[in-house]
Amino acid sequence: MRGRTVAEQIISQHASTTAQADDVVIVRVDGAMATDTTAPFAIETFREMRGVRVWDPARMVFVIDHAAPAPTEAIANLHVMMRTFARETGAVLYEIGTGIGHQVMVERAHVRPGELIVGADSHTVIYGALNAFASGVGSTDLAAVMLTGRTWLRVPRTIRVELIGDAPMGISPKDLTLAIVGRLGIDGATGRAIEFTGAAVRALSLAGRMTMASMAVETGAVAGLVDPSGLELPYAFAATQPEPGAEYEQCITIDVRELAPQIALPHSPDGVVAIDQAAGTRIDMAFIGTCTNGRLEDLRAAAAVLRGQRIASHVRLIIAPASREVFAAGLRDGTIAALTDAGATFITPGCGPCVGTHLGVPGNGEVVISAANRNFQGRMGNPRSAVYLASPATVAASALHGVITAADTRGVA
Amino acid sequence: MSANSPAPRASVAFVYGDNIDTDRIIPGKYTKTLDKRELAAHVLEDLDPEFRHRVQAGDVVVAGENFGCGSSREQAPIALQAAGVHAVIARSFAAIFFRNAINIGLPLLEIADYDIVTGDAIHIDLDAAAVRNERTGLMHAARPLPPVMIAILRAGGLVPYLAAHGDFVLPAAPLRADR
Repeated sequence: MRGRTVAEQIISQHASTTAQADDVVIVRVDGAMATDTTAPFAIETFREMRGVRVWDPARMVFVIDHAAPAPTEAIANLHVMMRTFARETGAVLYEIGTGIGHQVMVERAHVRPGELIVGADSHTVIYGALNAFASGVGSTDLAAVMLTGRTWLRVPRTIRVELIGDAPMGISPKDLTLAIVGRLGIDGATGRAIEFTGAAVRALSLAGRMTMASMAVETGAVAGLVDPSGLELPYAFAATQPEPGAEYEQCITIDVRELAPQIALPHSPDGVVAIDQAAGTRIDMAFIGTCTNGRLEDLRAAAAVLRGQRIASHVRLIIAPASREVFAAGLRDGTIAALTDAGATFITPGCGPCVGTHLGVPGNGEVVISAANRNFQGRMGNPRSAVYLASPATVAASALHGVITAADTRGVA
Repeated sequence: MSANSPAPRASVAFVYGDNIDTDRIIPGKYTKTLDKRELAAHVLEDLDPEFRHRVQAGDVVVAGENFGCGSSREQAPIALQAAGVHAVIARSFAAIFFRNAINIGLPLLEIADYDIVTGDAIHIDLDAAAVRNERTGLMHAARPLPPVMIAILRAGGLVPYLAAHGDFVLPAAPLRADR
């Protein structure tokens, strides 16, 4: 028998059958998450399913992160609906300001290696950073999980992405990630799992692994599984590695030894080029945050660029820490002060302007450089704006100079 | 509208390109609502501002590769369905959108090659998973859905499916899907 991929192993353990690619199976779910964009419909649908009890309330996590604090009366009432439902069912609810659902799920250990997680948010693939099989679903699938603790899935074929060599100094996990998304393309892995491996992947911190896994969905993947070698967590765990002879649909190698800082041009996250092709473009707004790049090491990378300096007078720099825990750690180590002194505006930990609802919608004709994961037309709330995606260091350097600029990372570890 | 009932007239096709993401199907700023008419009022507005005024019940959206990529928001297929869209035809679909549409009983037809242009009258045979273009007379067969999706679609969506079955039901042996 051939070896099994990571996805095949984890799914098999949850399906009480040996599953292989293309099989359709019913799986037991270890945990589920929904946000204020997706939970209201899921709750309504759960009731249409005549649901009363949530299958396992401690494993159902609601997070108010997409439009938090509520910008309108209508959204405030959706938040009330979530709070009421959580109180009635005993499900876990994290309030506004706790952080982005995915960050909170990891910080509070609602997801662990080897688990199978579904989330009503496409960036649920981020838990592949922890060696978990995790997929985004819609509200109706989430409602069915709340009711039964199970879902069905088609076991994905796997694409293996291997990064060759060590990344040059100053090349961040986001640059590696954008290079991968650019190479695979926006539908290069549709319905597939990706296994990320190679020396540059194994060297990543947990934060860097989350950056990489989060954007697997930008290639259409249903899971983004990061090689668990080198993964450090505050508890013991058994890692799932691909078995010898595992069958891959495709193997891609990317040599990162000479990689330049990467940037995605408007209006698609796979429109990735080396930064010199966009350098000099005047920007109006800069944003650092999101499940992809809102963690402490991202804020530190920005602070390393901006400490003791002042952003360009025509630029707004908006920063949304990924969680209150990230914000508090940044307060303690001086990162937040350095960024604030440089002219940054801090907003509530959460998704912030990434989803175009509030807290920094660009105006007509304005240009944004963002450390987020998506730049589809209208993504940030205005279809007549243009959004570039880059690393936190590139965003900070661009805010400093007022034009798209690669960070000068000489002397920065 | 039940997934099984035929469209009352030929469906008019609205044809778009590749990689239509969920932000263009329904921008994120409009998703925080449970009012489906409100979603329909903004469907595809950045891609084709006229669509929502011209679409009639029973019409079809036709697209290229990777329709529905991006966010997991179920508001995307809900907005299309609430605007009267009877089915979506595309060369391929993004994974989450695919599940979401079937779960709400919105039929999807994955057809690798078609001759449809905007304004064509389309006849859809869901049982045969095929469409016929009235203008050219050509039939196009859709890629078969996995059996579990056919069951969900036939039931009218996941809510009625679970009401009927009480749980997800597959044969004891895993089913091999078509792709």
